[in-house]
Amino acid sequence: MSQIIYSKEVIDHFKNPHNQGVIKNPTAVGEAGNPLCGDMMKLYLKIDKKKIGGKMIDYVKDIKFETLGCAAAIATSSMITDLVKGQPLQVAAKVTKANIAESLGGLPPIKLHCSVLAIEALHDAIKKLNK
Amino acid sequence: MKRIYFDHSATTPIDPEVLRVMLAYLKNDFGNASSLHSFGQAARAGVEAAREEVAKFLSCDPKEIIFTSGATESNNLAILGFVRRARALDPKRKIHVITSAIEHPAVFEVFRELKKEEVEVTYLPVTKSGLVRVGDVKKTIRPETVLVSIMYVNNEIGTIQPIREIGELIKKINASRGKQEKIHFHTDAVQAANFCDCRVDFLGVDMLSLSAHKIYGPKGTGILFLREGTPIYPIIFGGHQERGIRSGTENVAGIVGLGKAVELLNQKAKVKSQNLKIKKLRDKLMREILKKIPDAIFSGDPEKRIPGNASFCFKNVEGESILLMLDMEGIAVSTGSACSSGSLEPSHVLSAMGISPIVSHGSLRVTLGKNNTEEEMRRLLKVFPGIVERLRKMSPIKN
Repeated sequence: MSQIIYSKEVIDHFKNPHNQGVIKNPTAVGEAGNPLCGDMMKLYLKIDKKKIGGKMIDYVKDIKFETLGCAAAIATSSMITDLVKGQPLQVAAKVTKANIAESLGGLPPIKLHCSVLAIEALHDAIKKLNK
Repeated sequence: MKRIYFDHSATTPIDPEVLRVMLAYLKNDFGNASSLHSFGQAARAGVEAAREEVAKFLSCDPKEIIFTSGATESNNLAILGFVRRARALDPKRKIHVITSAIEHPAVFEVFRELKKEEVEVTYLPVTKSGLVRVGDVKKTIRPETVLVSIMYVNNEIGTIQPIREIGELIKKINASRGKQEKIHFHTDAVQAANFCDCRVDFLGVDMLSLSAHKIYGPKGTGILFLREGTPIYPIIFGGHQERGIRSGTENVAGIVGLGKAVELLNQKAKVKSQNLKIKKLRDKLMREILKKIPDAIFSGDPEKRIPGNASFCFKNVEGESILLMLDMEGIAVSTGSACSSGSLEPSHVLSAMGISPIVSHGSLRVTLGKNNTEEEMRRLLKVFPGIVERLRKMSPIKN
């Protein structure tokens, strides 16, 4: 058994996750499952256009998640919504698992794979947008 | 907020009486039990009194008790020590040993290690309720079989294994073996000591492991019962303590604490009424949880289980999340979820019982002890259904 000690940020997001729930008429829904541990995630995106620097750009107007998993899975889900919400889609697509882990004050090594779940769900949603 | 402890299979709080006797040996009678002077003699007296108490509990000769650093060491000594001695008799011989698929890591990792030493290991399957079948032991034994090691009570699901029946079977087979080498029988009785009959002749075992910290004693102390005449090699070498079988200066305070903890277990009438109280609480807890929480199943055997263990699997919710949310309410429990294991593997015990990883993902173990109260159980029942409901609402899988 290895030690699992969570940062204060992980516990805060686990206790009170941000943007948890569903979007009724989403632009796209991404899904990801982690065959390693059994965790599952669904990410709802609402994409809209806004003017940035004189150009109309696609941006993440709203984002919500549903996750079945451990504290790290829920906290990383919550954190990715924070990192992505309000951002231009192109910026959102570049968020990495390291960004998530850093923003959460680090993750226990055994839990790093949980941040992959969130990234995969986001990429899945973006892929569906482009179809 | 007063914290509530429902994880007695992980460890137990030290009984105040145990702590009191230990302190005397940490403060005043600090001598080395091997020293000849009065300091040493006082320490030796404490160690030997503890040995007699344990012998009384197991109904064996005090000479058959070896003090160790805990049950992990006891299991290593029993299995490695026995098999290596058997190997030394004839380096080329075939050696076959039998264990179960649901042993504690302190046993199954030892057998995994032995595979490197050309030992053939059979892992017996278990029933859906987590029981080893005596018939499977019988079918698996062959002429090269030298050792059977089956746990008395499983640590995750609390099932009581048919140790006495397996002991009888081995005795019969040994009788038919004539002058040929006998099969020896070891049991890890760590989770059984608080609740089950551990007399070694009643069980028919040659070796038995116990740990102090599971019986309201200190961590870092355990015993191996080693039946007179059981051939074994030491695995730790040094100053020849414990008849040369386990070298190292005796952990006197720990041993004395273990002795006191066992003395409390030897008060049979008191233990019996404590266990009745625990069983009543546990039964009510299981009933209420299964009633209040949808899609909950209990794991283990409904009858053959220790009074302190209540284990469940909750569908569409993950065990570590439940554990942490209960912890925020000051309530301590345990889970077998893959997410909480260092290896990200689901519990090997639940898997051996045929429970799929998706279901064991939501496994939870509540283990009660002698100090738990009705009030504590009510507090658990008050917050538990809400926690499961809240987590399920977050899940993408809806019923």
